[in-house]
Amino acid sequence: MSRQATRLDAKKVNSEFLTLTYGALVTQMLRDFENVEDVNKQLERIGYNMGMRLIEDFLARTSAPRCLEMRETADRIQQAFRIYLNIQPTISNWSAASDEFSLIFDSNPLTEFVELPADLTNLRYSAILSGCIRGALEMVQLEVQCWFVQDQLKGDNVTELRVKFVRRLEEVIPAGED
Amino acid sequence: MTIFNMYIFDKFGTLMYYVEWNRTKKSGITREEEAKLTYGMLFSIKSFVSKISPHDPREGFLYYKTNRYALHYLETPSGLKFVLNTDTAAINVKELLQQLYAKIWVEYVVRDPLWTPGTPVTSELFQNKLDEFVKQSPIFGIRNI
Repeated sequence: MSRQATRLDAKKVNSEFLTLTYGALVTQMLRDFENVEDVNKQLERIGYNMGMRLIEDFLARTSAPRCLEMRETADRIQQAFRIYLNIQPTISNWSAASDEFSLIFDSNPLTEFVELPADLTNLRYSAILSGCIRGALEMVQLEVQCWFVQDQLKGDNVTELRVKFVRRLEEVIPAGED
Repeated sequence: MTIFNMYIFDKFGTLMYYVEWNRTKKSGITREEEAKLTYGMLFSIKSFVSKISPHDPREGFLYYKTNRYALHYLETPSGLKFVLNTDTAAINVKELLQQLYAKIWVEYVVRDPLWTPGTPVTSELFQNKLDEFVKQSPIFGIRNI
């Protein structure tokens, strides 16, 4: 990879390249782990670790201030999907308390060219996305839960990712002198 | 126009990185103690500012000035804290810190797979790039010729 001075510009990569790389990762993990549940867990963990770093990149790019409520957060997540995956999920199904919403994807670049074999119905193929959201939001003091409600790979019309606000993490007070 | 030194803390108050350029007076305590002291003070100022503010503070604490130096403070939403001491005439330091965060920190620390989040930064590439970046800024002064 060449390093230029203007590295913050959007780097264009063919999305198929990402799709196939991710596909190779999932395939490898299915070989490495006996059961599918472990693969789901690992993918989520990888996503979490990515999210932890990705958030810094996102904040630096957008210089977005702190969010004061979940609706703002939802917009930011939408924006992040636009930046990193060039797709625009729809935000919908807000809970009455405004602490839960869904991201609806008409298409998901990760699952392009993918068909799930019948014995892998438990596999959450795009688990990396939910991990990513969780990791990124944790870095900005928001604890959330994130899970798939619908998945195009399992025959649904759209892919639906549900995000639920759990709590706001407190700032750490510096350790006193002993 | 001078830049004296810089601290970078993470959200847990760990000193991620410290660097000084032309600091003539040392604090007389260890680096660790100094970092703790600085972080504690920043933490207090931050909560003081937000409690005392008659309006809703959008930005919070930005800098303070004494007659000999100014301390500039930038905190990202992820809790990363950049602290830069300059002389009192320095301008646009906030933009400089923002740039530093985007171009240097994200580029050479966050994207460095060998760096474990939460640990002090030891990457030489980062150190060089940071040094270069600060020295080419207009407020660094004329020593860099």
